[in-house]
This record gives sequence, C-alpha cells and structure tokens, in this order.
Amino acid sequence: MLKGSLGLIALSSLLLSGTAFAQEKIKVGVTATLEGTYTVLGEDGMRGHQTALNVLGKKIGDKELEFVVASTDATPDSAVRAVRKLIEQDKVQILLSPLSGDEGIAVKNFAKTHPELTFVNAASGAQETTYVDPAPNFFRYNMDGAQWQVGLGKYAYETKGYRKIATVGEDYSFIYTQVFGLVLEFCGAGGQVTNRQWVPLGTKDFASVIAALPDDVDAIYLGLGGADAVNFLNQYQQAGGKAHLMGGSIMIDQTILSSKGSAKNALVGTIAASGQADTWEDPGWQKFVKAYQDSFPESKRFPSPSLLATNYYGSTMALILALRQVNGDLSNNQAKLKDALAKIEIDAPNGKIKLDSNRQAIGTNFVTEVVDDGKGALFSKVVKVIPNVNQTLGYDPAVFAKIGLPSRTVPECKKY
Amino acid sequence: MARFIERHPAWALIVIIAVAVLLWLVFAIWPPGLEAAIGRKRVFLNAVLNGITLGGLYFLVASGFTLIFGLMRNVNLAHGSLYLFGGYIGYAVSTWTGSWILSFIVAFIAVALVGVILQLAVFRRMEGQDLRQTMVTIGLSIVFADLMLWVFGGDFYQVQTPAWLIGPVQLPLLTAIKSSGEPVYLQYPLVRLVIFLASVVIGIAMWLALNRTRIGMIVRAGVDDRDILAATGVRIQFVFVLVFALGAGLAGIAGVVGGTFQSLSPGEDTRFLLASLVVVIVGGMGSIPGAALGAVIIGLAEQLGSVYIPTYAIVVTFLIMVLVLAVRPQGLLARR
Repeated sequence: MLKGSLGLIALSSLLLSGTAFAQEKIKVGVTATLEGTYTVLGEDGMRGHQTALNVLGKKIGDKELEFVVASTDATPDSAVRAVRKLIEQDKVQILLSPLSGDEGIAVKNFAKTHPELTFVNAASGAQETTYVDPAPNFFRYNMDGAQWQVGLGKYAYETKGYRKIATVGEDYSFIYTQVFGLVLEFCGAGGQVTNRQWVPLGTKDFASVIAALPDDVDAIYLGLGGADAVNFLNQYQQAGGKAHLMGGSIMIDQTILSSKGSAKNALVGTIAASGQADTWEDPGWQKFVKAYQDSFPESKRFPSPSLLATNYYGSTMALILALRQVNGDLSNNQAKLKDALAKIEIDAPNGKIKLDSNRQAIGTNFVTEVVDDGKGALFSKVVKVIPNVNQTLGYDPAVFAKIGLPSRTVPECKKY
Repeated sequence: MARFIERHPAWALIVIIAVAVLLWLVFAIWPPGLEAAIGRKRVFLNAVLNGITLGGLYFLVASGFTLIFGLMRNVNLAHGSLYLFGGYIGYAVSTWTGSWILSFIVAFIAVALVGVILQLAVFRRMEGQDLRQTMVTIGLSIVFADLMLWVFGGDFYQVQTPAWLIGPVQLPLLTAIKSSGEPVYLQYPLVRLVIFLASVVIGIAMWLALNRTRIGMIVRAGVDDRDILAATGVRIQFVFVLVFALGAGLAGIAGVVGGTFQSLSPGEDTRFLLASLVVVIVGGMGSIPGAALGAVIIGLAEQLGSVYIPTYAIVVTFLIMVLVLAVRPQGLLARR
C-alpha cells in the first residue's frame, strides 16, 4: 500500500515536471559560498542576485527563468561538485557560478568539458581564470583581483606617503591576484614590499601571525576576507596593534565593515581599492543601493550592498539582458546567447562593463577610505574613480606576460 | 617520575635536554646568529604563548568530550554544536546585559540543560550501542547547525571583550636588548592570559573534583566498571546525567571563550569537534590530564607551524595524530 502510494507520488511528480517543461522554463544553476569561512559573502551575493531579479524580472519573452541554488565552501572541489550536480541532476542549461577565486579556476576548466552550456562567472576574481587558457563558454562581468587594486599603490605612495609596506593574505589565487595588482603599482611608484605573509583560508588564531608582523613598515596590507578578516581584526585589537592598515577588496567591504563587535573599528581611516565604493554619488549606484535596501528587511541585509552583492547583481543582469536580446533562444548549443554575452555592454551599478577578447570584464575601479558615518556604521568613501581598467592593468600585453602569474612571490618588487 | 627515568634512561635524557633547550630559548637573549637563522625572539615567544593559550581553549572543549566518553563510552559527535550554541548564548547575554562574566554563567547553565535533555531523551535510549549513538549524534549536529544558521544567520559574532581586558600587558620576558642597553620586554594580549589562567583553574578544579570528592570517586569507579558500580546501589543514570551536563556546560563556556578571542560563525562547530577529536586521540580517550597535554601539544603545533612552516601548518596537527596512533594508539596518557 505504502509502496503503491509512493509510486503514485513519484509518477505524479514526474508528470508535474513534464508540464513544467511544457511552459518553457530556462533553468539556471547558481552557486554561492553558503558554508565555511565565506558564508557571509555567499549570502550577500545571493541578495544581490535576488535584487537583480526584483529589478529586472524573470521573464524572457514568453519563457520564464528558473533558478536552482547550490552551496559551496570556497574550495575548488566543492564548486565543481556543485556545478556537476546542477548540470547532471537538475539539468540546468546555464550556470551563474562561482563566487571565490580558486573555485573560478576549477569551474572554468570544468566549463571546457561542457562546451554546449554557458557559464557566467558570479563573482570570482582570480586572474588565471580568464587570462590563462580561457574557456570559450565562460564569461566574467566582474574585474579580477588585480584590476580591483588599481590606484591603491599610487595613492598609498603619493598621497599617504607610505614607503615600506608588508602584506598578510589568505593563501589562494584571488588574494595572490590582489597582492599582484598592489605590488605592481606600489613598487612601480618606488615603494618597497618587505614581507609577504600567507595564511591558510579559514585560519582562526592569528596571534602568531600578528606577532610576526614587522615593526619597521609604514603600513600593513590585509588581504583577508570573511571570518578570517574578523578574527584577524579582533586579535589585532587585543594585541594592541597600531600600524596603518591598507585593505584588499573583500577586507574593506560591508561583509566586514558591518560585522558585530568592535574589532572593525580598527579599520577607520584604512585605505583600500575595490570594484565599488559604498558612498559613490553616481545615480545608477544610488538606485542599486536603494533597490537592495528595499528588497530585504533591515535586519536581513547590510546597510549597503557588499562587493559580492554588486558582482552577483552585475552577472545576473548581464545574463538576463543577453537572454532577452536573443529572446531566450538556446538552440544550436546556445550559440546566439554566447554571441550576445560576448558583445553586450552593461550599465552595471558600479560603472559600465564590457568584455575583452578573453571574455573578461573591463570596468571601473575605486580607491576608497573607511569612514564612520557618526552612528557607528562604517562605509567606504570614494577617493578616486578610475574608469576603463583592463586585465593587463594598462601594461602592454607582451610586458604584462613577462611578469608571470600571480603567486606567493610573483611579482617581484620592481618597476616592470 | 623516578620510575620513568629508571625504565627509559635514554628517553628521559632526551626529554630533559629538550626542556633545557626550551627554557634557554625562552629566557636567554638570543645571539644574532640564531635570530638570523630562525627569526626574532619576539615572534618565537609569541608563538609559544599563543600555542599554550590556544591549548587552554582546546582543553575546555576537549575535557568535556573526554569526560563524557570516559564514563559513558559515548562518542558525542554533537559536541561541536554545544560549543557553538554556548558561544551564541554568551553573545546574546553579553550584548543584552553588557556583562562578560554573566555570559559564562548563563552559557554554562543553558548548554548544560541541553546536555541533560540529550542524555535523557537520546543517549539513555541507546545505551551501549556505539554505532547508533554515533550516527544519531552526527544527525543531531547537522540539525543543530541548520537551526543555528536559521536563528543567527551566517554572520560573524564576537563576544565583546570587557574594556579592562583589551590591549597588551608587559611580561617579564626579555625579547631583546636595544643598542642603548635598554631591555625590551614582551607585550602580550591580556585577554589570552586571563582565559588561559581560567582554563588552568577549571582544569585543576576538575582534577580535584574527580580525585578528592565522593562524587568524583563515583565517576572514576564508573569509568572503571559501570556494572559493578550500578550493582553497589549508586544511581548510575543520575551520575550519567550529571557528567553529561558538566561536559556540555564546559563546551558552552568554551564557546564564549572562543567567541571572545576568535569569532562565532557557522562551521565553527565542526572545526572544534575535529580539534577536540584530535586532542583526545593524542592525549588518550577518557583522560583529563591527557586532554590537557593533547590540547597544549596541538595548540603549540598549530601556532609554531603557522609561523615557521606556514605552508604545511594544517598538516602538522594531523601528522602528530598519525604519529601517536602509530606509536601509542591508546593515546599519550591513557591507562591501558
């Protein structure tokens, strides 16, 4: 009896999914880091994605978008597992994935095994993803970690007068890329990077790392994100640290600036660079902030969207607009969609974005400084806006190729 | 001690030399050659102190775990969830009342109550069935993790450190002599020292309670032979509930400690479960001194590893575990 009714339920659900198919849905798989060190980043990324759906709607002509979400934990194997599950079990046709640097490299390589599908990068920012052997069906509408640091090195050297700095960063591709961008510009301007410390992603106890920070530097650059950044700041405060700080793009970000507790106050006055600035006065940005705020109750969001929300918003927007251009036509291995994605220029909240020949974003970058709004909330205030930042950071591609790929020790601290 | 030296003279010599070298490293002014080879003394001293204080936190989590295992042969894989739950309770209390001390008391009581409920509602029903208990506790830890994610979200929480504990203190340990002849002493975060002292006090109190009181005697008798103890008329189920409550409460306190000098977020539960598993495997399942030794060894390995071999830091703890399992599978301080 039980078996019989179970069979009936299974049959009816099959029929139901059959009818769903008849309504012409386009299935899109989304991944975000909803567990582990970067949980908060993944959650806010999904808020950005939801905001885009609220603003743009889910209709593509007479078809409707359907999203299936899978969780990862910032490790490459978790991302490939999630993407594989979305493709094989949920039969998604398009992917909006992934969030984090190492995941990006893994998913790009995986994308090559499914040339018929389309992959839109959600937020990951390692340079290698689109710079080395890019996948023809992988599109990235956010800049990489090095592009997000453009302007910071010069600002630190020229305006702040820092001459010697040390860096602390998480030991994986995105932070390598961020430090790559910083070192290139800071050392190019004449500065010195005396020490680069790397800590495993998910480090909780930074006390020894903090003790090993050099004293004889003008500032310390922090390339940390999520729980790692909060733990570092907390212990830095307890150890009585007083050095000038500089921050990477996910360090000076609402994910950290609105964390609970007082540790974040160490960041007031910190200079940073990122693909966005919380207080930018551009009407497009302000509209996006408003849409984000209106989409969620105040306790369920940050005061202002994080970089991840902005990236997820931008990638979702690019995908929806491109799908509308081709009227949801996914025939012939989605050739029309891929063509449209490669050519589309979007008016993203954080400036205009277009893709280069590697399908990597060229966009706007922001140098910022952390300010207290007087009510205890911290925001990144825009100091400088730099439009049209490309992946080779303005270098001649041949010169850029000689620098090498971002790693623990690359680039050397010199003028290229 | 004397017997150990008689039985293993070679080992004893190695241990004595190692202790002497360590003491010299801690108290002497390092010659320039040594500083050039392995870095500044300040970094080394900090790493050692951090290792020991981190060991204090690991001890708090692992001692409850090992106590429960020792008495009830019950591998409670939801122990990490109790840790995280305690931390969240501590956060809520400290932000609501502004009292750091009160948050420890409330966290202890609340988590101990959860422990009592777990023991009465779950473990009592499947006494002696190891596999079933293991599976059920894994299941419970997943359920707890999702419930806490639902209530508290994925945000990072930090228990507010009271103002008088913020900042460093000067320790009477020389790190260097300046060229002017002025000595430089070590600066160290006060909160970590206080937390370490507290865990030492708790450890000693537990040892005294186990070895000098009547209830401790009953618990120890239970560890040795439950059935005979029950046959003598002791209400063994009551003792079980008490021990479970104590072990869970300790995990709750540890959660507040962890939330004070690290942070609380989803995923911390499994991290601390793993840490306490490694600690008790190294120290010996069911032994309180073993948990203390294991906690200090793992804490030191993590911190020294993160400074001197950052690339392989994660591996070091597991290497130690493998080594112990290969050489002394019952753990360093376990009785046979």
